[in-house]
Amino acid sequence: MLIFGWGNPSRGDDGLGPAFVGEALRRAGVDVLVDYQLQPEHALDLVGRDEVLFVDASTSGEEPFEVFELAPGPKVTVSTHHLSPGGLLAVYERVTGKKAPHARVLAIRGWAFGLGESLSDRAKQNLEAALDWWLHQQEPAAAH
Amino acid sequence: MTETLRRIAIDPLSRVEGHGKVTLLLDDAGHVHEARLHIVEFRGFEAFIVGRPYWEVPVIVQRLCGICPVSHNLCAAKALDAVVGGVPPPSAVKLRRLMHAGQLLQSHALHFFHLASPDLLFGFDSDMARRNLMGLVETHPELAKQGVMLRKFGQQVLEAVYGKRIHGTGAVPGGVNKHLSLEHRDEFSKQLPQVKQWALGAVALAKQLTEANLVRHAGFGTVPSAMLSLVAADGSLDLYDGGLRAKDAEGRLLFDGLDASSYRQLIQEEVRPWSYMKFPYLSALGPDAGWYKVGPLARLQVCDRLSTPLAEAARQELIASSPRTIHAPLVFHWARMIELLHAAEDIERLLQDDALVQGELVSTGERQREGVGVIEAPRGTLIHHYEVGDDDLVTRCNLIVSTTNNNQAMNEAIRSVARQYLDGHRVTEGLLNHLEVAVRAFDPCLSCATHAMGQMPMEVTVVDSSGAVLSRAERGAS
Repeated sequence: MLIFGWGNPSRGDDGLGPAFVGEALRRAGVDVLVDYQLQPEHALDLVGRDEVLFVDASTSGEEPFEVFELAPGPKVTVSTHHLSPGGLLAVYERVTGKKAPHARVLAIRGWAFGLGESLSDRAKQNLEAALDWWLHQQEPAAAH
Repeated sequence: MTETLRRIAIDPLSRVEGHGKVTLLLDDAGHVHEARLHIVEFRGFEAFIVGRPYWEVPVIVQRLCGICPVSHNLCAAKALDAVVGGVPPPSAVKLRRLMHAGQLLQSHALHFFHLASPDLLFGFDSDMARRNLMGLVETHPELAKQGVMLRKFGQQVLEAVYGKRIHGTGAVPGGVNKHLSLEHRDEFSKQLPQVKQWALGAVALAKQLTEANLVRHAGFGTVPSAMLSLVAADGSLDLYDGGLRAKDAEGRLLFDGLDASSYRQLIQEEVRPWSYMKFPYLSALGPDAGWYKVGPLARLQVCDRLSTPLAEAARQELIASSPRTIHAPLVFHWARMIELLHAAEDIERLLQDDALVQGELVSTGERQREGVGVIEAPRGTLIHHYEVGDDDLVTRCNLIVSTTNNNQAMNEAIRSVARQYLDGHRVTEGLLNHLEVAVRAFDPCLSCATHAMGQMPMEVTVVDSSGAVLSRAERGAS
């Protein structure tokens, strides 16, 4: 399994993805990847993975977090130099010719995204809730 | 004067970093009087730096931009070389050049393969749902794959020298942190023949797409201006170092070989009340005539030559394509791919140098209070200027980023396109598409680094002179 978080730690709650990855690595020693934004070449980082958890901050989702299954899809992003997670899976399938790994998105609700800010208190609480959920998922009993 | 100006706002631009907003001011006759590209997120960068220890700056400035963090890292380190009184050793300079070439290759590949080529391949008026990376993946999978592989190669080079993607510490004041390993050198050398082939293919495609639409492209957003770039002492393009050279709109030399630290004498920065971004101009020409272009198209015409053979041959073809200086924004794409090829050749040349794997990495000397760094970042000339107190804290910071250097050029291109394509007072899909294509040619980075899900809807608003909204259109958020 790969945990892939992205965001900018100097933009307040935009750093939720990297913060989750850092804590997941520290607490569970999992395989992780972190970057500022999703880019097309990240498709190649998914090679050989059977499962991927994408982690990002959310500006409009439910609190403390949302988890949803992800399918490869050519969703049009009106944004910018970065991709959507579903778009990345679609690029993966085109580039490798293989079915994309099972993927979910963990969207942790953030509130403040100002330059130079650290994680807000509310985002920290949401981060802890997300970590609790994910650590519980890793327990053997959770599989039964 | 009682002229009434009508306002048309387009907010924000798609597939351009950060939040861009275009306001078209119409005169009483309904003609475009002025175009304003608002850069909402640029505020606060310099204040973000002031008060921090100087040695922290090359790391922290990377977070200004999630697309080209290495450019900011290198430029800050260059500026702070002067502060620590050091002249980076030859190994450090070559490792920095390797990082820089990797960043440029990666950045240019992203822009052409995944952002600009859909505009060029599908046409400006084609369906927005198709005119993007996913459309390219579906219809031109091999091209999309080459873009991915070029990006990956550039990323591998960066990680080998620069370190982790989000916490890289490649360049430090006075030098760099580490050598390239022999394993990485061998691995990259093996990949380079294929990388160069892809780059050659990209140059050919960009040239073909430009020439196939020559008439349309030549007049699209084209406004003559001066051009600025760094150039080596022998007249060749130097993306990492060298002296500042500028030419006027007809290609005549304005100045040459000037030290980067003299930028404040060469360039003035005008502040306008409606924008957070400044408007630089060449002091010698004044604010009205002194605005200039930077970036690939400017660089290839300001320099005398490129130092690598394949890219220089391609540059000669570009120069020969017009009897006069080329100002068409859409030719930036062709120039950008020539630079991508140049970067691949430069990486190949650097990898043959043993200084990458051995030699002194850092040099320091007598501490100074001030330093200026200038590099040619993927999008154009990038300037970092710092003053540092005796307590090692930054007391003053001035950044002129590439997109700021192209600020007026983008505004002029928008005005030109709007005058051509604005039909009545409504923002049509066609107008929006054409404005986006014009701005995207400059590959602006409008404050890149915040992106959380749901944050970037496309909103188009028409507002009259009284502030009333005449129409509004929105494209879905990511």
